[in-house]
Amino acid sequence: MKKRQDYVLWFEECDLQSIPLVGGKNASLGELLKAGIPVPQGFAVSTKAYNLFLEQGNIKKEIFDVLKSVTSEDVASGEKASKKIRAIIENTSMGYELQDYIGEFYRRLSKKCNVPAVPVAVRSSATAEDLPGASFAGQQDTFLWIRGVDDIFKHVKKCWSSLFTSRAIYYRTKMGFDHEQVEISVGIQKMANAWTAGVMFTINPASGDTSAIAIDANWGFGESVVSGECTPDNFIINKITDEIIKKTVSHKTILYTRDPATHSVIKQDVPGERTDTQCVVDKDAIALAKIGKKIEQHYGKAMDIEWAIDKDSPGKAKIMILQSRPETVWSGKKVEPVMKARSSALAHICAGLIAGKKVN
Amino acid sequence: MADSKFPNPHEIETIPGTEGWERMYPYHYFFTTKDKEREEYENNTFWFNDALHYPEPLYPFDIIWDEAWFLALSQFNHRIFSIPPVMGVDHRIINGNVYISPVPVTDPAEVEKRIPQFMERAGYYYENWDKLLEQWEGKMKGIISDIENIEIKPLPELDDISVVKNGLGTSSGYELLKNYDTLIDLGIRCWQYHFEFLNLGYASYVTFVDFCTKAFPDIPLQKITQMVAGIDVILYRPDDELKKLAKLAVEFDLVSQIGDDTKDVEAVISDLSGSDNGKKWISAWDEAKNPWFNISTGTGWYHQDISWNDDLNIPLSSIRIYIDKVSKGKSIDRPLEKIQAERKLLIQEYRGLLKTDEDRQTFDQLHGTAELVFPYVEDHMFYVEHWFHSIFWNKMREVSAIMVEANFIKGQEDIWYLSRSEIKEALWDVVTSWATGTKGYGPLHWPEEIEWRKGVYQKFKEHRAVPAVGTPPEVIAEPFTTVLWGVTNESMAAWAKLKEIGDPDKVNEMEGFAGSPGVVEGIARVCRSVKDIGELKEGEILVSPTTSPSWAPVFQKIKAVVTDVGGIMCHAAIVCREYGMPAVVGTGQGTAIIKSGMKIKVNGDTGRVYIER
Repeated sequence: MKKRQDYVLWFEECDLQSIPLVGGKNASLGELLKAGIPVPQGFAVSTKAYNLFLEQGNIKKEIFDVLKSVTSEDVASGEKASKKIRAIIENTSMGYELQDYIGEFYRRLSKKCNVPAVPVAVRSSATAEDLPGASFAGQQDTFLWIRGVDDIFKHVKKCWSSLFTSRAIYYRTKMGFDHEQVEISVGIQKMANAWTAGVMFTINPASGDTSAIAIDANWGFGESVVSGECTPDNFIINKITDEIIKKTVSHKTILYTRDPATHSVIKQDVPGERTDTQCVVDKDAIALAKIGKKIEQHYGKAMDIEWAIDKDSPGKAKIMILQSRPETVWSGKKVEPVMKARSSALAHICAGLIAGKKVN
Repeated sequence: MADSKFPNPHEIETIPGTEGWERMYPYHYFFTTKDKEREEYENNTFWFNDALHYPEPLYPFDIIWDEAWFLALSQFNHRIFSIPPVMGVDHRIINGNVYISPVPVTDPAEVEKRIPQFMERAGYYYENWDKLLEQWEGKMKGIISDIENIEIKPLPELDDISVVKNGLGTSSGYELLKNYDTLIDLGIRCWQYHFEFLNLGYASYVTFVDFCTKAFPDIPLQKITQMVAGIDVILYRPDDELKKLAKLAVEFDLVSQIGDDTKDVEAVISDLSGSDNGKKWISAWDEAKNPWFNISTGTGWYHQDISWNDDLNIPLSSIRIYIDKVSKGKSIDRPLEKIQAERKLLIQEYRGLLKTDEDRQTFDQLHGTAELVFPYVEDHMFYVEHWFHSIFWNKMREVSAIMVEANFIKGQEDIWYLSRSEIKEALWDVVTSWATGTKGYGPLHWPEEIEWRKGVYQKFKEHRAVPAVGTPPEVIAEPFTTVLWGVTNESMAAWAKLKEIGDPDKVNEMEGFAGSPGVVEGIARVCRSVKDIGELKEGEILVSPTTSPSWAPVFQKIKAVVTDVGGIMCHAAIVCREYGMPAVVGTGQGTAIIKSGMKIKVNGDTGRVYIER
């Protein structure tokens, strides 16, 4: 019997166990949610959905026939096959059953996000990240600001077809991997419509203090902070007590936002009344820091995190984590004792008294 | 420090009408240009107003404690423990205000020489801390019992027959002189003990602070303090006694009698003595008085800082605040479990973030010692400034009564306008004229002199003291000075900035120390002394020169505190951290700039106060 969960799964339903079904990217989003880390909402279109599509469209044989002609010596043959196969996939319509599953989940996602036809990112999620070469499939294929069911179907198919880029075909052929063994899942995730966004380090990047969390924030998308085009508001938060230790509200001149007409990201001047206004309220900065701690615990190391506060999502869901990667600057340094070890507290006290004087 | 210029100490002008004020104070306290070497030393040294201990100018008698600690702190630093880089702390006086300056050891070879001496001597104290501290408590209790036993007796017309029959060989006049000397000696001795442990306590604390700020550059000072602060601190006891009495009043159903604030303490006690429960309550109240009501309403440094025992209406009105809370079902207990849990968490988590075994070893060594010594840092004040001083001031009032009787001074509170050596001289005048049967010279001299001194003192009081004089060094690192008075580069710069603005009505932002975290907005209430706390309304922000344990009950009413003086370890900061309310301490001139009724915002995270104008 067919079940909905075979084809579409909320991120909340994904975990490491479900990698064969939803791929690595979707599974890790599910794991983050389980750890209490808020990522933008969304769902996975499973590998079974991909297989069903191939079956119902009756294109499986056609595709693998095309691949038979490919040899690793003849690069052009791979390119030709890729073009052909991708056209087959993208021009085949999805069965009604799949359309219903995906369409219904998309509508429910829009409702959850409180936005009609919510803009989403559509990206592929490979099932065998550990298989070298498999990661080629769809690595580049992320489609942003996609709206409406028809565009969703179209881009889901584009993700599927990305299994057959010429590079991927070439690599699998060369390594002798079976083309039929490789499967793909697709993730559909709400675009963060950032009111405010920025970067968070679970270490103070200025001082290397591991008891502090540093947050940089500006209005709009995080690009202005990441690129350093704007002096952001800065918060230093005590990791142990969740108190704001230091706060600097800066003069913020530019922001990135979305042009509703073109769906592209544009740069704007910050409206006058907002230039000197704190762009994250204290409460949210603290909530963000708490999430930072969870991410650090989840990965077991100091992290560099991109985040956004969403314009659309109501209540607690408004904070979103977009990216996290290990911090490299301080983590890469050689660990030295803070003070030279001494035989007793008194030896430290004496040394401290003397050192205190030398500062004069 | 280019932006914070302070006046040359020799160029401070005498306030008109106070010419000759110097004779009110010991001669060696003055800045002078008489000697080139001394002038240069004074010019090149940074002297800051010790407003922590002296928010008001000093009375000629009250300078006794300044002299006492001038000697005590300096000797322990320099001559007893041989603290390698610091000698004593020098003192001066301008217009009745005390200015102090730590004296460094400048020769590196000399510092080196002092190290083994310090290691041996301080080491002995740290190693035997508990034993020596127990001995200290014995000494303090002894000295308190000694002062209680001093009898200052009026001079009789004829000495008692027992003088003859016992072959005593001395007179009441001689006894008076002797007892006065003993009284003064006990005071000075008490202050010797005061510093026996204090410097070592601070040195240990400062070293722990140093390690923590190196390991965690962003760690707030208040978190470090929380890791070492004692939980069961004697200074909380007087307030705990009031809470106990308030609960007892509710339990015994005595709220209407004790809570009636139209009645003074005598009326309440006589009311209560009519019932069994009332009697039980009175006996609990009497029991609490000694020693716990020997708590000063000020810092204990000034004679006018009376104790609860001097005016029992003060603890009674505090009990009423607590009764009100208890009756409304609110908890008045210190959140001990929460404090303990938070302390444990901080220690565990910060230690857990350290990366090497060496660091964990250092942390354990320094935290262990700081935790060992810290209770003394907090507790010694109860014994000295509160318990001993409360008795001392009243013994002095008995001396004063004799001088009033002899017409040397007009009122009992006039005695404070005489220095302790002048009093000794005057007592000689009293006893010799008593012995001789003639008229003393005192009545011709002192009343007139005191009138003049009162005028001078009043002018001192109306005059705002400069925060500092002389030349600030690049960095002030002397540990005791920084911890105790909160004098650092930043606060000096902030004070200098305030001074430049000049017009207090134009200041709308002030900086102090972040004493306790949190941000709160509200209406300010300026209370210059504990007597003003009756004006405080629920939910206001207290703005005061400083606070002391006898202010404790007001912390139940207010939502934030701003003080003029004090560092991270001052009373206001400690109590606010316990109650979880914001405090900005050591703002320099908070009470001068903020007026009651103003809307202010207190940011205890950053140490800033904003005034809405």
